[in-house]
Amino acid sequence: MTVHHKMDEPDRRNRLDAMVQGIVGTGMDRPDGPDKVTGRATYAHDGQIDGMLHGVMVRSTVAKGRLESMDATAVEALPGVRRVLHGDRFLRNPAQGTANEAPVQGSDDIAYFGQPIALVVADTFEQARHGAQMLHVLYSALLANVTPDGATAEKPEAKQSSTGDLDAAMDAAAHTVDQTYTTPGHNSAAMEPHAAIATWEGDALTVRAACQMLKYNVNELADALGIAPDRVRILSPFVGGGFGSKLGISPETVAAALAARTLERPVAVALSRQQVFEATMRRSETHQRIRLAADAGGRLTGIGHEALVSNLEDEEFSEPVTQATAFLYGGENRVIGHRIARVNRTCAGSVRAPGEAVGVTALEIAMDELAVASGIDPVELRRRNIPDLDPSDDRPFSSHMLRAVLDDAAAAFGWDTPPQGDKRQGEWLKGRGMSSAARVNTIGKSSARVTLNPDGTALVETDMTDIGTGTYAILNQIVAEMLGLPPERVQSRLGDSDLPASAGSGGSWGASSAGSSVFLACEKIRQNIAALCSCEEEALTLKDGTAISDNRQRALTDVLAGTTIVAVGQIEPGKTKKAVRQATFGAFFAEVAINAVTGETRLRRMHGSFAAGRILNAKTARSQCLGGMTFGIGMALTEELIHDPRDGHIVNRDLAEYHLPVNADVPQLTVNLLDERDPWANPIQSKGIGELGICGAGAAIINAIHDATGIRVRDLPATLDKLLPGLEDIDAR
Amino acid sequence: MRPFEYQRAAATTDAAAACADGATIIAGGTNLLDLMKLDVMRPERLIDITRLDLRAMTDADGGLRIGALVTNSDLAADMRVRRDWPVLAQALLAGASGQLRNKATTGGNLLQRTRCYYFQDTAMPCNKRDPGSGCQAIGGATRLHAILGSSDSCIATHPSDMAVAMTMLDAGVQIVGKGDRARTVPLRDFYCLPGDTPHIETVLEPGDLITAVILPPPSAGRQTYRKVRDRASYAFALVSVAARIEVVDNRIAGADLAFGGIAPRPWHDPAACDLLLGEAPSPALFSRAADVLLADATAQDGNAFKIPLLRRTLIATLTDLCRETPQ
Repeated sequence: MTVHHKMDEPDRRNRLDAMVQGIVGTGMDRPDGPDKVTGRATYAHDGQIDGMLHGVMVRSTVAKGRLESMDATAVEALPGVRRVLHGDRFLRNPAQGTANEAPVQGSDDIAYFGQPIALVVADTFEQARHGAQMLHVLYSALLANVTPDGATAEKPEAKQSSTGDLDAAMDAAAHTVDQTYTTPGHNSAAMEPHAAIATWEGDALTVRAACQMLKYNVNELADALGIAPDRVRILSPFVGGGFGSKLGISPETVAAALAARTLERPVAVALSRQQVFEATMRRSETHQRIRLAADAGGRLTGIGHEALVSNLEDEEFSEPVTQATAFLYGGENRVIGHRIARVNRTCAGSVRAPGEAVGVTALEIAMDELAVASGIDPVELRRRNIPDLDPSDDRPFSSHMLRAVLDDAAAAFGWDTPPQGDKRQGEWLKGRGMSSAARVNTIGKSSARVTLNPDGTALVETDMTDIGTGTYAILNQIVAEMLGLPPERVQSRLGDSDLPASAGSGGSWGASSAGSSVFLACEKIRQNIAALCSCEEEALTLKDGTAISDNRQRALTDVLAGTTIVAVGQIEPGKTKKAVRQATFGAFFAEVAINAVTGETRLRRMHGSFAAGRILNAKTARSQCLGGMTFGIGMALTEELIHDPRDGHIVNRDLAEYHLPVNADVPQLTVNLLDERDPWANPIQSKGIGELGICGAGAAIINAIHDATGIRVRDLPATLDKLLPGLEDIDAR
Repeated sequence: MRPFEYQRAAATTDAAAACADGATIIAGGTNLLDLMKLDVMRPERLIDITRLDLRAMTDADGGLRIGALVTNSDLAADMRVRRDWPVLAQALLAGASGQLRNKATTGGNLLQRTRCYYFQDTAMPCNKRDPGSGCQAIGGATRLHAILGSSDSCIATHPSDMAVAMTMLDAGVQIVGKGDRARTVPLRDFYCLPGDTPHIETVLEPGDLITAVILPPPSAGRQTYRKVRDRASYAFALVSVAARIEVVDNRIAGADLAFGGIAPRPWHDPAACDLLLGEAPSPALFSRAADVLLADATAQDGNAFKIPLLRRTLIATLTDLCRETPQ
């Protein structure tokens, strides 16, 4: 029994609101929480198999060239070492999100320093690592291009757009901003390193892997191995964070599968932290020129946003920096520019809200500059520029909550009552800043099977993943709500590619896509129950394991009378995708203190208000926002991939030197979630909240630094060396 | 990580003998094990000294004898240290994390290796790791690197916070060498500058074992440790200042200074301290001390900011210590 729904029309029924179990939207604890904190949840590398071998990858130590030879024989003679493998099927690059086919393969052609070039397999991990470290490789090196160069960058026609005359608008404007902002590369830095354990039974492959999107990952892996997708099964029941880095398969998955086939034994391959930095996706550094033209009242008459990003040759992905610039603010004269420099650096791909994370941040710093230039309060400036229609194509918005979140966040933060007294406390200079958040919203084709058992328990099955986001919780909640069951009577089985194919986790679409498919299956089951009760589905009330219709309440188990009801729900994006502009909105407010002696910045407090349609779980949604804001702190203050200027390699390739914010960097963060229903989005009226919390967050901090010190940092992160030259001289000679 | 032999030492003499025979000492292992996994350090034999009786903290003629195996946590929490040498407790707590401090030992902390990115990556030439191969840090990423005491062969910094405080306090390092011969080396003389032999980092000879650090009796005045870094915790110092100042009748009667994050060893410059003695505290005086300290400073592209940063941090630290009432 399959129910398919294409999202061609807005769904204004708000069916979830007609349910009475009262569990959707609450901050229900994760059902998987106890397993995770007690170590019972099996992540990819936890699923160790008796007799399995261990593989350790070897990296290229040149930025460009060809692998000429390696002394495999010497390494294979080491104790425990079984084989040194390399060749055409090994991945050169990790796969991009939704690639659905193998990425660039072939370990012998070298395109970046750190590229995996071989796998050493041994009886133990230690023996394999030793072998990998002992492998002597000869290269023929070629001249590499390791620094993004605007002069030779590609300028794809499809990624440029221009409306009106921005130059004329700039000339005529009462207030203008024309500045360049730069952001460095970032690494997702998920806690769980990428890992895979591969097992073959005949020609059938099973891989326990750290993957976000199994439907695509199966095809990527099968294509990479040259086998049929139906011979591949991927298991990812738990994923220790992905943040984009596990959207597509990465080199260890293919390497483990190839080694297991060759050696006829299960093989586990886990990347070291250093290899995660070198061989999985980086976010491209960006160089962004932003022009703003405004009239005397602060109303934008023009916006220009031109970005330069980088990637390897052969890679289609380029950081979509200007994705939200198209619709966030009005202004009739617009220029969007996008250039891609080709470099021999680690592959660039999706990392934590690709596009908006860095693009909205830069735009929101520019908006603050405009607020300063025009003397208009920055919140008011944004209010004055909220467009009625998508300014890029005059489409209506599915919903537009920017004004609401600005008002809510400003009130929660106390923006309208600035602190009294001296801005300076001892050595510390205090300041406040704000920014808007915006992120595009979408769903992907997604299926789930829901089984209602005769004992009144229910099971959800889908290949959807929980990457720490709370999928287990929200899917259980949707079923519990729709079928009127206590949530502990619902279970979800996730992360198995043999289960109905979902959209997977990524692009903030997972909860809405998988959640809608579960909702559709539950609607079908409700119709079946209604039939058993001889009533219409709309007249059926399900609560606490009972069915109520025609003033009769019966135990659901009695109604089922031994019947098992199974339904598959399938959602697919449709005409609502193009008919309206769908987006989520938010606002950040931050208070910082900057040490006037050293230039160290300490965030004192930060608030975010967000609107993302129906909130499915108040606790996990809030956690997503806290995580996003924390990454915003990292973007503003600490995080930076440092590339060596000569060979492009990432020098700070561990968590000691790649500075994620630590607890001491993160003060009290508060989050408000505005309740909303977006009928255009999907049948559960929810929108993606996974990434919204980072999209512009760093700008609130950068703008607060300006408020405190008068220093405008345009080259992120705002490390102390960028503030020192602008701080008051303390040298009293 | 290469295969290695592992032994436990039952007595100090065992350890010293094994050491003389080429073994590498392991205590907390918080630095050594990481570097072995990275193939940066390749010991063939490890001698584990954690069973030795080197965990005592005892009075030493009014000073404090700190056994080499006293953990950073225990040392930072010790009431005598917190009362009489607070700079040391502050420095310890500014370093690493709680978990690391529980394992890291006093002797091991002194001997931790540089965080230079290029030292930590075996694909990179490094004169410290592989003498004669060259210094790839020069011309590379140099945020962590030295502005004083470096050479054309090496610009790495010593990463310890603890050792900076101990250098300021003029601690001594008690060493047992071959034949159970004991000696004490002032910490200020314990580390070597790189010159053209950056792989030689200390005056320790084969067979030498650090058994204790001796703090001299507490000095008068006020002391503090100020560490400036790229995030609020869990980062190595960009610059740090350990300082003691004694003011009598508005004249500086005693001054000791040491600096971290800027040099191949905890940096001590007697001239900068001497300049302060007998003078009335003032920002101008402290600026002159900074001038003396930084007279020979040289910077790379990536660490030039350390020169103004150190100047400012020193002036602010001394100004704060000389206030009538601390802020």
